[in-house]
Amino acid sequence: MKRKSRGAFLFLTPSVLLLLIFFIVPIILTICFAFTNMALTGSAAQNLQFIGFQNFTNMFQDPDFRISVLRTMVFLIFSAVIGQVVLGFILALLMKEKNVTFRRIIGIIVIAGWVTPEIVVAFCMVAFFSDNGSLNQIIGWFGISPISWLFSFPMVSVIIANIWHGTAFSMMVYQSALDEIPKDIEEAATIDGASNFKILRYITIPMVKGSIVTNMMLVTLQTLGVFTLIYTMTGGGPGTATQTLPVFMYNQAFVNYQFGYGTAISLVLLLIGIVASLFYMKSMKVKV
Amino acid sequence: MMTNKLKVTMTAVMASLLLLTTACSSGNSSSGAEAEGKKEVTITFRSSGSEDTLTKYFESGLIDKFESENPDIKIKIAPVLASEGDYTSKIVLQMKSPDTAPDIVAEDTSIIKSDAAAGYLEPLDTQVAGWSDWQDKFIENLKSGVTGEDGKIYGVPATSDTRGIWYNKELLAEAGIEVPFKPTSWEEVLEAARVIKDKLPGVTPLNMIVGKSNGEGVTMQTLEMLLYGTNDTLYNNDSKKWIVSSAGLLDSFKFIDQVFNVDKTGPTMQVALNGQAGSIAFQQLFPQGKLAMAVDGSWAGSTWFENGAAPIENVEDKMGFAPFPTQNGQEPGAITMSGGWAWSIPAQSQNKEEAWKFVEFLMNQENATARVVAEGNLSPRNDSVDVAGYTDRTFTAEAQALLDVAKFRPTNDQYATVSAQLQSIVESVASGKLTPEAAVKQLQDNVTRSLGEDKVEVK
Repeated sequence: MKRKSRGAFLFLTPSVLLLLIFFIVPIILTICFAFTNMALTGSAAQNLQFIGFQNFTNMFQDPDFRISVLRTMVFLIFSAVIGQVVLGFILALLMKEKNVTFRRIIGIIVIAGWVTPEIVVAFCMVAFFSDNGSLNQIIGWFGISPISWLFSFPMVSVIIANIWHGTAFSMMVYQSALDEIPKDIEEAATIDGASNFKILRYITIPMVKGSIVTNMMLVTLQTLGVFTLIYTMTGGGPGTATQTLPVFMYNQAFVNYQFGYGTAISLVLLLIGIVASLFYMKSMKVKV
Repeated sequence: MMTNKLKVTMTAVMASLLLLTTACSSGNSSSGAEAEGKKEVTITFRSSGSEDTLTKYFESGLIDKFESENPDIKIKIAPVLASEGDYTSKIVLQMKSPDTAPDIVAEDTSIIKSDAAAGYLEPLDTQVAGWSDWQDKFIENLKSGVTGEDGKIYGVPATSDTRGIWYNKELLAEAGIEVPFKPTSWEEVLEAARVIKDKLPGVTPLNMIVGKSNGEGVTMQTLEMLLYGTNDTLYNNDSKKWIVSSAGLLDSFKFIDQVFNVDKTGPTMQVALNGQAGSIAFQQLFPQGKLAMAVDGSWAGSTWFENGAAPIENVEDKMGFAPFPTQNGQEPGAITMSGGWAWSIPAQSQNKEEAWKFVEFLMNQENATARVVAEGNLSPRNDSVDVAGYTDRTFTAEAQALLDVAKFRPTNDQYATVSAQLQSIVESVASGKLTPEAAVKQLQDNVTRSLGEDKVEVK
């Protein structure tokens, strides 16, 4: 037994080394840099100083940071949890047991948003929401005067964009989970006179609980890191209206050239991700 | 079984070694590379795209001429296509390593002190000391813009500029405003904008750069043009502190708020917050007659020249350039911020001697003037006026005259941090997310937090 595990360990060394060099070391470095005044330019770029928790105290005093956390939460709840997870589930449910052609057509339409690269999605969405974009053309047919969506409703715009981009993933996860449910259970429930809603509530959802939690976690972690979409559509603006934590982090590191502060923010972002994952696991009592 | 175990161990070790060597073998550096037995000098600058004037300038035979005079040097141009803010971070990351550092880099005078303090740039005192043109031909007050905190010279000014109000003469005349337009106070600018709004529906009265995606332009062309026309400044040279709260700052924010939110005489937010706001104004809105006035740099008008991006026939009859007034017309009556680009040599460059040779060549009377003529900029050399085609360019006389009242940005390596704060705050004021009073407070809070209590003061 012992000899076997040693052999396995030997075979693992290349990948462990790779992880160490390209992943673990940079993470440790990042943690170290978060406690320095590292900067891209200016005198601080030349003499790196350890400044303890200064970055973190600055962060929690910074109203911009607080508002970014809030915006991140809004973006997360509406575009990931409510948008992608719920909408994805509803789509999967509606497509259940429909004929193949129908599934295919709807599937292709939804998946199109997901397979499109994020930057392309952002440009499509800018074309959709811009002043003379397609949305304003459409409402124009009904005699409504054009609205500056990206300016008047920036958060709603990026949330819709992210939902459109991400829902397909959730839908596919749920589709495969729903297909796993043995038909006879639901049939038995129907014969016993359970309503559709009850079947959903007491049979379907509990049976795909594992998929729901896994998917929630994946979507949450993915949404926490959304940068390209927001940055391309609004640049975090107007003002700071769509400045989520990743955008705030980028602005601190590459616009204000404060690398130390930027890495400190990235650690907080990581922490939020960990806390959210733990919360999902605990609340659904699933062992991952 | 020993052999088997040995095999497994060997395989693992080999695979790991293979990975390590692949991971750690770095590409050969290209700088300092000997191209056909020549020293290759790489020159990096910001390009604005396929129609980039500076790229064309280099490719117009300039490099060929230099290479034929210096057969041992090969010049490689490496333009960086990026927004102004991104350009700064890109070149800084390049300059950090000898493998990627160019030999000559275009530095905006707003960031040069910061990059010098970071140790990215080579001091050029020895070089300029042995260059007679530096003493006699370069405009003296532009030299402060390339001098570091330590008093050393870190670049050679290549362009200079002024700012003012570009306006469409036909539209102003149509609205009943006197042309040539010569406002004597902020109020007159605001009033003109209101009149245009009233008389000419469908025309944007006044464009100002306020979207933070425009980077330094927001601070310099909007906020500082206003602030330096009040009785306040951004930096106290005597106490070496940033003035983060003053009547002048409040009034400047109020002006922006007035234009964008009270009078609504500014551009749509779609235009204002666009990273290309300036190009949209000059390449589309002005030529289409949809914009009456815009506060912008002296170079912007070259967009309408024959070889520009959006040519306008008889441009001097249609367009004008007015000095931006001081707040209440106080002396000297008009105000302009002045900046520009410089050529610097990165500390990590492998070919400093050859690089300096090329800088000297670029900055001689003929080549330096050719560049500013092509770009529609002002020359840092006082003998450019003797070159045919410099002063007789449309709008140049007006722009050049403003150099007399020019103010320069604070010469401090923390400027970039303060500027970034201002960009974000100006955007928030223009988009109605912050009141002028709240804007001043936010500036004070944020700059104090970034730089420390001992670096700021309140007036």
